[in-house]
Amino acid sequence: MSTPDPPSEAERLPQRQVALIDLLDRLLTGGVVLTGDVVLSIADIDLVRVSLRALIVSISEQNPSPWTSTGPLQGGDHDSRR
Amino acid sequence: MSDLLTYAYAVVRAVEGLQEAAAPLRGVADAPVGLVTEAGDDQLGLVVSHVQAQDFREDALKQHLEDLEWLEAVARAHHGVIEALAERTTVLPLRLATVYLDDQRARVVLEAGRTVFAERLARLSGQVEWGVKIYAEPSEVPAAPAVPAADLPPGRAYLRNRRQQQSVRDTVYQAAQQAAERVETAGRKHASDRVRHRVQQGFVAEAAGSAARAGENVVNDAYLVPLNRCDDFLADVTHAADGLDGVRVEATGPWAPYSFATPPGESGGTAEGALP
Repeated sequence: MSTPDPPSEAERLPQRQVALIDLLDRLLTGGVVLTGDVVLSIADIDLVRVSLRALIVSISEQNPSPWTSTGPLQGGDHDSRR
Repeated sequence: MSDLLTYAYAVVRAVEGLQEAAAPLRGVADAPVGLVTEAGDDQLGLVVSHVQAQDFREDALKQHLEDLEWLEAVARAHHGVIEALAERTTVLPLRLATVYLDDQRARVVLEAGRTVFAERLARLSGQVEWGVKIYAEPSEVPAAPAVPAADLPPGRAYLRNRRQQQSVRDTVYQAAQQAAERVETAGRKHASDRVRHRVQQGFVAEAAGSAARAGENVVNDAYLVPLNRCDDFLADVTHAADGLDGVRVEATGPWAPYSFATPPGESGGTAEGALP
């Protein structure tokens, strides 16, 4: 039942506090996308994700970075999709 | 129980002691974390906790996801669970807010995907993710000594000034490019995979940047690195900006392999995949 030392701040604090933006990069575009259950499979979940992503990256959509890499793994054009 | 849903965090290889490791964890809304395992086979487990249906029903979720505070709380809880388990076993993280009607439904999904999950876990075993971000900071470069404007007609002085600023910018972006190439080289040497994330801009990025130094994020990549290569990879990455004025390289991690949970070419609606 209850251990003498319940898990609390003390146990979780050793984690470094990661930046929310780095976390969202991973949690909203990474991770396995499983077909959700009835509750979420009503197709709208994709819309939720899209609108959410738009909320976070809307500025970058409209203002692509002046940066264009000529690295071997990506094109060197000015397309913001790269 | 109908007012509770099952929130799934990750698929894990159910190593010995995992149940015990999961038991003290608290997930979304501080709920206790449990393990849903396959019937008759405990090789794989789905890490779950229960959440209030009223918060995670489709319409409610839609609204909540626009609420940055709510989103942050769920994201940090999701991450906390995954990070704790990643210390014990290989973890295949799920996308934020993957929710099932109950544990039994979650078990069905686990069983249906067992072959794919096992393959991906095998591929990720013994590897961690590192984030590498490169920032260009033209304002950090010492300005060239200004020629007294009086020596030039105002129009020429202005143009010259603009040219100088432009040339500092160009130099910094070239330097950033050079740093990016060094990081890519480190990746080819030590990493087994790479995923590019969108560069960080916008208000969440600004909120994060205000605490630290600013600068424009020009590269935001994730590398999958075998545990025994992490030190070498990081050593190379942290030196990638050496001798380059106005360029900053930042590594974050180690992360559970969020960015590598879906193999290349099987994109499930990621930013890249969403664009034709």
